[in-house]
Amino acid sequence: MALLQISEPGMSPAPHARRLAVGIDLGTTNSLVATVRSGVASVLPDQQGRALLPSIVRYLGDGRSEVGYAAQAHQTEDPKNTIVSVKRFMGRGLKDVAHVENAPYDFVDAPGMLQLRTCAGVKSPVEVSAEILRTLRTRAELSLGGELAGAVITVPAYFDDAQRQATKDAGRLAGLNVLRLLNEPTAAAIAYGLENAAEGIYAVYDLGGGTFDISILKLSKGVFEVVATAGDAALGGDDFDQRVFCWVVEAAKLPPLGARDMRKLLVKSREAKEYLTYHGEAPVSARLSSGDWVDLSLSTEKFCEITQNLVQKTLGPTRKALRDAGLAVEDVKGVVMVGGATRMPQIQRAVGEFFRRAPLNNLDPDKVVALGAAMQADVLAGNKPAGEDWLLLDVIPLSLGLETMGGLVERIVPRNSTIPVARAQEFTTYKDGQSAMSFHVVQGERELVSDCRSLAKFELRGIPPMTAGAARIRVAFQVDADGLLSVSAQEKTTGVEASVRVKPSYGLADADIERMLRESYEHARDDMHARALAEQRVEAERLLAATRVALAADAALLAPEERASIERAVAALDAVGGGSDHRAIKLATDALNRATEEFAARRMDASVRRALAGRNIANLDV
Amino acid sequence: MQNHFELFDLKLGFALDGAALEAAYREIQARVHPDRFAHAGDAERRASMQWTTRVNEAYRTLKSPVTRAQYLLELQGVDVGLETNTAMPPEFLLEQMELREALERAGAAKDAAALDRLRIGLRRDARLLEGALAEAIDARRDYAGAAGLVRKLVFLEKLGAEIDLAYEALEA
Repeated sequence: MALLQISEPGMSPAPHARRLAVGIDLGTTNSLVATVRSGVASVLPDQQGRALLPSIVRYLGDGRSEVGYAAQAHQTEDPKNTIVSVKRFMGRGLKDVAHVENAPYDFVDAPGMLQLRTCAGVKSPVEVSAEILRTLRTRAELSLGGELAGAVITVPAYFDDAQRQATKDAGRLAGLNVLRLLNEPTAAAIAYGLENAAEGIYAVYDLGGGTFDISILKLSKGVFEVVATAGDAALGGDDFDQRVFCWVVEAAKLPPLGARDMRKLLVKSREAKEYLTYHGEAPVSARLSSGDWVDLSLSTEKFCEITQNLVQKTLGPTRKALRDAGLAVEDVKGVVMVGGATRMPQIQRAVGEFFRRAPLNNLDPDKVVALGAAMQADVLAGNKPAGEDWLLLDVIPLSLGLETMGGLVERIVPRNSTIPVARAQEFTTYKDGQSAMSFHVVQGERELVSDCRSLAKFELRGIPPMTAGAARIRVAFQVDADGLLSVSAQEKTTGVEASVRVKPSYGLADADIERMLRESYEHARDDMHARALAEQRVEAERLLAATRVALAADAALLAPEERASIERAVAALDAVGGGSDHRAIKLATDALNRATEEFAARRMDASVRRALAGRNIANLDV
Repeated sequence: MQNHFELFDLKLGFALDGAALEAAYREIQARVHPDRFAHAGDAERRASMQWTTRVNEAYRTLKSPVTRAQYLLELQGVDVGLETNTAMPPEFLLEQMELREALERAGAAKDAAALDRLRIGLRRDARLLEGALAEAIDARRDYAGAAGLVRKLVFLEKLGAEIDLAYEALEA
C-alpha cells in the first residue's frame, strides 16, 4: 500500500509560486508585451487599452523622454529627437544602414555601432531600445502587480551575433532578467503549433517592419525543431514605404527635402501602403514647409510595380531555407504568416503561388510573436509542470568562422547548426619564432572576409618560439542557447596555455552597461543599492530552493563529506541571505554555486542514464 | 567517455535506425536542454550547456552519413586522410570533372532544370556510395576500403554545396 506523505510542521512546501514572466516582441515598428495567465497567453494593453506600443522614442530637452504614441504624435515636428525604427540600427555601423540619406537623424559613426545625436545627448541604439523595453516592463509590472522574474525577448532569426548582443544588452539596461533571446518565427511557431495542435513540416514567413525571416520547422508533440532558417536582416515593410516615398518625390518632382518634410512624406507613404491593402487606390497629399502641396494618387498596380522586386527578394531566402532543410515545396504542410507587412495582398499572393497553398492567417500577425514568447517565458520561468512543457530546438542562422591567410574565411560552425553548439579547430604559426597570433572572428556565408560581418578581433600572445607550423593553437567557438558566441584560443604543444575570451566588439562592455544602468537609476531616483540587494536576495533564494530540491532527490549521488560540504555552504548562505549586505550574499551564493558544481554534473549524468533506461523499458512493452 | 553510439544506446555500425537515433536524442535533450534550467543555479546551467552541446554534436555526427562513417573509422583507429590522401581513382576524377563542367554550363545558362538533374544524379550517386559503405564497414570490416569511399562521398558533398551556390546565384 502506498503511504501518504506528511511534511514536518513548518516545513511544508509553499504552494507552487508562479514567477511573473513575460514575452516581449521588440519590433521595428511596434512592440508588445504578453504573459500567460491561467494557462492562456494574452497581450498586456496599456491603460488606454492599446496592445501595440509604437517603437518610437522622443527625447525631450529636460532629461525626460516619451515612448510610443506620445512620441509618434510629435515625429514630424521634432524628427531629429524622435527615433523611429531604431531596430534597424542595432549592432550596425553607419555604412551598413540602407537609405541613411533618407533618415532625418544626426548620426554619429562610432566604432561598431552608430549613435544618434539628440537634445538629450548622444544615444546608442541600445539605449533607445532600452527605453522601449523599460516602458513595456513598467506596463507589465503595473498590470501583473509585481516585479518580473524574467523576460523572453524576440529577435529576427536572421539577426547576427552583433544584433543579438545589442538586444540582450538593451534588455539588461532596461532592468530585465533576460531569460532567453528567442527567434521571432520560432515564437510564432510555438503560438501557432500549440493553438492548432499542428504536426509536420511548417514554414513561418515573417515579414516585419524592417526584417525578413523564413524558418522551416518540424513540429511534433512536445517538440519544436527548427530545421533551417534564412532571411534578410534589412528587408521589411519600411522598404515598401521607402519605395512609395521615392515614387512621390519623383512623381511630384520635389527638390531635396528637409528633415520635417521627409518625415511627413514617409508617414504619408506608409499610410498609402496600408490603405492599399483594402482599396484599389490611395491618396497621398501633404503640405510641405515651403507651402507647396503634394497631391497624388497611388494605384494598386503602380504600388505592385514599384515593390515587385522587394516581394521577389523574399523568395530567394525561402528557396535557400528549403534547400538547406533538404525539403521540397510539397513537403510543407502549412505556411504561417507573421508580421504586419504580410497583410499586403501582393505578399499573400506571392507566398501562395510559391508554396502552392493558401497561407495561414488565422493568428493576428502583429501579436503572434509576443504570444509565443510569453508561452516560452512561462516554460523558462519554471511555471509549467514537467510533461506539460515542450522542447525547443533552434539553430544559428549564419555560419561562424575565422579569417585565414589571404583574407579567406575558414568556417568553424556552419549555419543551421542546432544550438547550443561548440566547435574547435587547430591553427598553426606562419613564421619561425612567431610569438603572437591575431584572430578575426566573422559571420556570414561568403568566402572572403571582406564580404562577411566582422564580429571581433583578438590576439593570443606568449606563444613560445617554435619553427613555423609547429605550434598548435586550438580555437574554440561556443554558441549558447541565445545564439550568442564566445571564442577562446590556447596554445597546446608546450603545455603553455594562454587563453582569451572575447565578446563581440559590437556589444557594449559590461562596464558601459553598469554605467548606463547607474545613470538611469539616478535619473529615476531609484536606489541602486536597494535594487542590487533585492536582486541578490532573489538569486540566493532561488539557489537555496534548487539546492534543497536537488539534495532531497539525489543525495545518494554524494559521499557523506561531499554532502556535508554542500550543507555547510547552504547554511552559510542561509545565515547572510536575510541580511542587508548584498556583497556578502553574493559571496555566499558564489560559494554555494561552486560547492554544487560536481553535484549538478552528476545529477545531469544520472538523468541522462534514466532517460535511456526508461526508453529501453518502454521498448520492451511494445 | 561513452562514444556517440553508446550515448544514444544504438548498435555500433554504419547502418542506422534513424527513428531510434531521433527518439534517443529527443529523450536526452528533454532532460538536459538549457530551457529546463533557465531558472536554476550557475552550476546546473553550466552542466546543462555542456551536455546539450555534446548531445547536439553527437547527433549531428551520427545523422549525416559522411560524418558517421568518418567517426566509425576514427573509432577503429583509421584515418580517413581527407587532407593527406588525395589520390583518387582516375575514372572517378574524370566523372567529377565532367559533372563540374556540366554545373558550370548550367550556371552560365541559368538553367534551373539542368541544376535539378545534377542534384538528382548526385543524390543517386551518394545513395550508391552509402550502400557500399554499409557493406564495407558493417559486413566486410574493410576499413581501408571504407576510407576511400568516404573520400568519394566528401567529393560529392562539395559538389552538392556548389550546386546550392549555383541555385543561389540563379535566384539572386
